[in-house]
Amino acid sequence: MKKIFSHPRSLRKVTTHYCPGCGHGIAHRLISEVVDELGIREKTIGVAPVGCAVVAYDYWDFDCSEAAHGRALAVATAIKRVKPKTIVFTYQGDGDLAAIGTNETIHAANRGENLTVIFINNAVYGMTGGQMAPTTLVGQKTATTPKGREVKGQGYPLKISEMLKVLPGVKYLERVSLHSPQEILKAKAAIKQAFLNQIQGKGFSLVEIISPCPTYWGMSPRQSLNWIKEVMLKEFPLGRIK
Amino acid sequence: MLAGKIMAEAAMQEGRYVTWLPAYGPEVRGGTAFCMVIISDSEIGSPYIGEADTLIILNGLSFQKFKCRVKKNGLIIANSSFDLEDDPQNARVLRYPFTDLALKQGNIKVANMIALGSYLGQKGTVATKTIFETIRRMAPAGKKELIKINKQAFMQGLRLA
Amino acid sequence: MINNLKRVLMTGNEAIAEGAIQAGCGFYAGYPITPQNELIAYMAAHLADSGGVFIQAESELAAINMVFGASACGVRAMTSSSSPGISLKQEGISYIAGAQLPAVIVNVMRGGPGLGNIWPSQADYFQATRGGGHGDYRSIVLAPSTVQECYECMPLAFSLADQYRMPAIILSDGMLGQMMEPVLMRSHKPLAISHKPKWALGNSKGRSPNVAKSFYLREGDLEKVNLLLQKKYKTIEAKEQRYQGQYLDDAKVVLVAYGTMARIIKSITHKLRGQGKKVGLLRPITLWPFPVQAFERLALGKMAKKFLVVEMSAGQMLEDVKLVINGRSAVGFLGRLGGGMPSEEEIIKNITSLL
Repeated sequence: MKKIFSHPRSLRKVTTHYCPGCGHGIAHRLISEVVDELGIREKTIGVAPVGCAVVAYDYWDFDCSEAAHGRALAVATAIKRVKPKTIVFTYQGDGDLAAIGTNETIHAANRGENLTVIFINNAVYGMTGGQMAPTTLVGQKTATTPKGREVKGQGYPLKISEMLKVLPGVKYLERVSLHSPQEILKAKAAIKQAFLNQIQGKGFSLVEIISPCPTYWGMSPRQSLNWIKEVMLKEFPLGRIK
Repeated sequence: MLAGKIMAEAAMQEGRYVTWLPAYGPEVRGGTAFCMVIISDSEIGSPYIGEADTLIILNGLSFQKFKCRVKKNGLIIANSSFDLEDDPQNARVLRYPFTDLALKQGNIKVANMIALGSYLGQKGTVATKTIFETIRRMAPAGKKELIKINKQAFMQGLRLA
Repeated sequence: MINNLKRVLMTGNEAIAEGAIQAGCGFYAGYPITPQNELIAYMAAHLADSGGVFIQAESELAAINMVFGASACGVRAMTSSSSPGISLKQEGISYIAGAQLPAVIVNVMRGGPGLGNIWPSQADYFQATRGGGHGDYRSIVLAPSTVQECYECMPLAFSLADQYRMPAIILSDGMLGQMMEPVLMRSHKPLAISHKPKWALGNSKGRSPNVAKSFYLREGDLEKVNLLLQKKYKTIEAKEQRYQGQYLDDAKVVLVAYGTMARIIKSITHKLRGQGKKVGLLRPITLWPFPVQAFERLALGKMAKKFLVVEMSAGQMLEDVKLVINGRSAVGFLGRLGGGMPSEEEIIKNITSLL
């Protein structure tokens, strides 16, 4: 008999704190599988964000660093520069990467840092209680947009991946989603590509993962997957951006 | 600024205590650049000079701004290639056309070296030999022709005294 | 030995940079701000020669967090800035303290508050010695007062930071940073130091994973970490006080000053001694830990003494002096604000009124 499915070595056998139907657990697992498959666990360093995934280092079984809110790519830049043989990735939410940390995102990308970025876009702030994210959709209700996000005064969903496309330092950009098994497999392939790029020294790679947040979308897990497919992907179309 | 650095560097080579303090920030370009140099046989406290023993002033605007900041019976060496205000009272003022002299030498940039020479001709604070060594050491690699030009300018200043 | 030393005329900012390189600094990130620009430029020109990494960061925030990352890998890491930029770095310094990482931060102080001006100041004393960012933490604070000391304090700052795994701050100022003085320096070629402490991130082969973090959510955990930090701070307070005294044995008036102010007071003290006036200088070198032992000895001595604290601030170190003297002697103060500096005449007048 051939074993075709097992617990990844790079993922600790612990229960996570994530809500039912949350996408973070899946994303953590995909990264762990990729790290195992590439045989890089002992030289991988993950940089955790501030946000729901703040204790991601309690779930991954490799070296990790925390970073102040928004500064994951500053921390990662330094780690990679002083330890060029390590494989360094950041794992950041929409607030961390596209609001408080936009500056670090743009400049690490523009310097062409040889890093892998996993960007979790769930269109809402989870850890703080469901406030507006830069990626919140127009009309979407959150704790700080009680009437729904209005363009006047709150602007449009920020498309950071599309913005990064114009920077010559950026080598790879892909938007994937976790709303179905097929899409999850594509997400894993993209994550693997982003790590391979770093191993091959190609430069800055970012995978944007559209991820469900049933709790702060006010939906059941099943409804939230449907909402991604029917609503969110219209604003954030999937596929290779660069 | 450079003339001050050369003097400070040379004095250091002669084993003296020295400090050099620049004007910094927005007034470095276009405004009135200046530096303060203290050479002493004992440890120096403040590098800031309220009233100087000697002022070497290379343009009219600086003359206007700084001429009163010299000690009683102190020395001012001023560049008369610029229009200068009247001399302050209680100071000895020597005026030489440093810019014109530098232009005659074919390099306007050496006006400061002529001025430095004229100052050391008056005061002898540092030996000419040490100044020459310093000029040689501070010349950027690949621009050794500058050494000769600057030495010449310095010597001309020395002879003015 | 003498062949190994050379005398170089350099600015305080350059001396700090060269001192850091000599100390094996392996990582520098910074953002330009006057009056510390010579420091970042020197690092850009020379750090790579000894195998170190230089990054001009996109902001002060990025710079201090880059220092966090490099330090987490066991590399001697530093940043520098001037007052407004140091304010921006405070969150990162708090994280470094919380994660118990060594790092060196240089503050070439300028006038504040706000954008203030670019002239020398000592108004960031509270910020440096009281932690500065959020949480119960301290940084070791060293105050050089000559360009030679700017050079020499860097190896000390790095080794104290490494030993106690915490931030060490160099408090310089615009005057000390900009002025040139001769520096007697070692001329051997330094190498960037990369320790391999057991907590460092990197190759995790044969050990369980390391995590650099300051986040403790489980009830009681953060208090334990804090108690550990406080224990460490008590050790440092007992062991690492540094100061320089001059004419203290028979001084009637003890002047207290640090950094640029101290060098000015030092020459005034010499002058007044020449006139037979019993004046002394107590110059704290470590601002935290504050050299309370030296003050205790003076306060307990037989001489009836008065203290005069002179600062380029509204009286910040003054509070530490008053805390240790605790009413046992008179403590006077002379200060200038916003980039101003007390003049020699002003200082002498104040001393004379106390004699």
